[in-house]
Amino acid sequence: MMRKRVIAVILLAAAVAVPFANLIVPGVLPGPVDILNSAGTLDVLGLCFVFGGVALGYDVAFGFTGLLSFGQVLYFAVGTYLLDIALSVWHWPLLPAVAVTLLAGLALALLLGAVSLRGSGIAFAMVTLAFAQCGYYLIEDNPHGLTGGDTGLVMSTSRLPAGLVGVASTRNLYWLALAFLAGAYAVVWLVTGSVTGRVWLAIRESERRAEVLGFRPMRFKLASFTLSSLIATVGGMVYLLLVGTVAPSSVATTTVTVSILVMVVLGGAGTRWGAVAGAMVYVYLQQYLLKIAAEPSFASLPGPVRVPLSQPDFLLGAIFVLFILFAPGGIAGLAARFRRGPVEQE
Amino acid sequence: MNSAVTVRDLHVSIAGSHVLQGVDLRVEAGGVTALLGRNGVGKTTTLRSLIGLQPGTGGIEILGTSVAGWPTHKIIRLGVGYVPEDRDVFAGLTVSENLRIAETGKDMNYDRVYALFPELKRRARQLAGTLSGGQQQMLAIGRVLLERRPLLLIDEPTKGLSPKFVSEVVDVLHRVRETATVLMVEQNVHVVRGLAQRVIVLDHGTVAYTGEAGDLDDEDLTRRLLGVHQ
Amino acid sequence: MTTFIAITVSGLALGAVYFLISSGLSLIYGLMDVLNFAHGVFLTLGAYAGWAVAQHVPQRGPAFVLTALAAAAAGAAVAALTEIALIRPLYGRPVSQILVTIGLDLALVGLLLGGFGSDSRPVPVPGWVSAVTAIGPERIPNGDFAALAVGLAVLAALTWFLRRTRYGIVIRAGAENRDMVRALGIDVGRAFTLVFAIGGAAAGLAGLLNSVVFNSALVDPEQGDQLLIFAFIVVVIGGLGSITGSAIAALLVGLVQVYVTFYAGHGAGLGQLGNMSVVLLLAAVLLVRPRGLLGRAA
Repeated sequence: MMRKRVIAVILLAAAVAVPFANLIVPGVLPGPVDILNSAGTLDVLGLCFVFGGVALGYDVAFGFTGLLSFGQVLYFAVGTYLLDIALSVWHWPLLPAVAVTLLAGLALALLLGAVSLRGSGIAFAMVTLAFAQCGYYLIEDNPHGLTGGDTGLVMSTSRLPAGLVGVASTRNLYWLALAFLAGAYAVVWLVTGSVTGRVWLAIRESERRAEVLGFRPMRFKLASFTLSSLIATVGGMVYLLLVGTVAPSSVATTTVTVSILVMVVLGGAGTRWGAVAGAMVYVYLQQYLLKIAAEPSFASLPGPVRVPLSQPDFLLGAIFVLFILFAPGGIAGLAARFRRGPVEQE
Repeated sequence: MNSAVTVRDLHVSIAGSHVLQGVDLRVEAGGVTALLGRNGVGKTTTLRSLIGLQPGTGGIEILGTSVAGWPTHKIIRLGVGYVPEDRDVFAGLTVSENLRIAETGKDMNYDRVYALFPELKRRARQLAGTLSGGQQQMLAIGRVLLERRPLLLIDEPTKGLSPKFVSEVVDVLHRVRETATVLMVEQNVHVVRGLAQRVIVLDHGTVAYTGEAGDLDDEDLTRRLLGVHQ
Repeated sequence: MTTFIAITVSGLALGAVYFLISSGLSLIYGLMDVLNFAHGVFLTLGAYAGWAVAQHVPQRGPAFVLTALAAAAAGAAVAALTEIALIRPLYGRPVSQILVTIGLDLALVGLLLGGFGSDSRPVPVPGWVSAVTAIGPERIPNGDFAALAVGLAVLAALTWFLRRTRYGIVIRAGAENRDMVRALGIDVGRAFTLVFAIGGAAAGLAGLLNSVVFNSALVDPEQGDQLLIFAFIVVVIGGLGSITGSAIAALLVGLVQVYVTFYAGHGAGLGQLGNMSVVLLLAAVLLVRPRGLLGRAA
């Protein structure tokens, strides 16, 4: 236990220090420049942190409580779009905008969660999917010109504090994203370690058993769902600040939902750090592959190699399938196996 | 004597509970052997393990062939008929479809089945889900009799049946035991006395007693092994 | 009201396409407890197979049948392969089975996007398919009739298969109780592959019909996933595991979607109203009757 905390602190310290590291790291960096603390690299790392947090949130619902939701993108989209609208269309200052977005996200999660959880298993999954699709349609429809429809909505920076705008903002935004991830991790770590967390695990195994133990599953499921969605909403807000613009195709589609699911399973569901690791690997690979595909030397690769590599989805999907078949515990599972040595697993 | 079923050191865990803790038993070929024991001791689990519906460790030989790790349908094809505890007829299928699905080849003896269970012929088009408990039991037994199978595994055939159906089932089993080995889980000691030659009693996850059916006349023995309500 | 018949036929045709997809999903779920997300890819690959074949066949008269057969065959082949290579090894792990279909969907759509780009390609069809037939004052596209005809034919074929053939009985029994089917000496694994193949064939047909009838005869890599969401909604409304439920729900959803879009979905901010109303229909049905119209109780 102590060892895990030490590792966590070291990693956190290292992450905080990255923006000061003016090192040349050839070949593996996702940004256009091969320097560790370049804007391109910091941007991608920030994105990794954001999705690390969002994936962690999803792990609470899926990995710990066994709720297979297909609609988490909705709450992420709410975080991005509501904040964007508040800042750019209504021109509110940052703090009220954030507060309102949070409250709206919370209310939506409670309301839709209560409705969706009336069904279990597949019915629940389908309803969450349906609600998320509804959100997508709503955004596409551009009611009252609020969302910008298909083309998206660029964030207006007029009401933002100076630290988050302009050239110097890259580092601050990086640290903001890191703070989000660290905060989310702390909260999740505390809650999953508490009695609530144990009830969630019991529910995952069998709702009947949880009932027998004297707990009302519905409350705990709703709590899990709400926490998960709230983290996604906050993640959405950080995403907006980081990226500066949103469009339905990047923050509201089922594809995003699927990505988050893949991140969690790839990393290892129910292990907390697994979800974060999975997300970081996923986003990093995706950005790295996109960078490679854009390089001039890439076009000269033979067709059968070039085509699959040009689409990160193919590679990520294939890796995902391989993991499910051969390493169902994800990255965390592999790490545990490695630690245990060549001892026979169950 | 040939052995129809041989089990060596069978261990089965269900949901963390170590139900069978090293069961060793032998069912001799021919006649009826009854598997007895208190509720929850693992009789049904034992039967299901024999045909691979319940994973476990240990050696299992069916009709002289070792079947450890075999898929269920392959074990059945050795010549095993299984009548489960809750009958498990297919409710959405008709009686005749329930029989048809049990066909294993060309020479299915529908005459024999209809002779034993005339009701099944009368109700051929009826949905099995609408049959009474006793009629469903007839169907469950009838479908394993379409073909001559050397081994029949029957789980509590008289459970929940009216006396009329109980005696009908017992009649059928009398006739069946002449041509097959029957391993029967049964709580009703009277039925056991009337049908079985040998008994195996399970207790605390292992075999506690093996003997002749007549041994059950000893009330002290019966009470010790099976509890008071016999 | 002169367009009412045309709109209704269009809604029924859309319903037919939904039925083709959801019948396969329902069969697979009913027998195997697997929610097959790769169905969207079977759709798309079927459409592309039809497109590929149609390039080489002169497009006269019955040539469309050949295109349709190619679509069905491709869907069946990919589906069977999927079951054998990915689903079977994960037997006993239903969540993993669902996840692996998601991964396959992601990977294959990615591959198609890489190979074809997101541009759509036109499917060559015989003249009669894109022509219209006059019914009274209304002009109805023949493609709608084709979709309806295929939907009805598949419904009839499926019903006959499930009621009259041995494999059909095995599938119906297996949907109730897989273990008992095994305990009767039957290898359910073969039924699994068969059910995937049937679902894949129907999905391939649906993909082709969707392209031709509702997408201006264009195929693109992402159409499958769009349709799949609606197919899932249909399956859940109709009740998982019930073919009849899927048929009824499919028609209902097709009609609702088309009516709402046509009669109410105009003007700013309402373009997606038809789609949204389907989603709300799902929520309403699930609130009142969680197992769907004809689903079995959990």
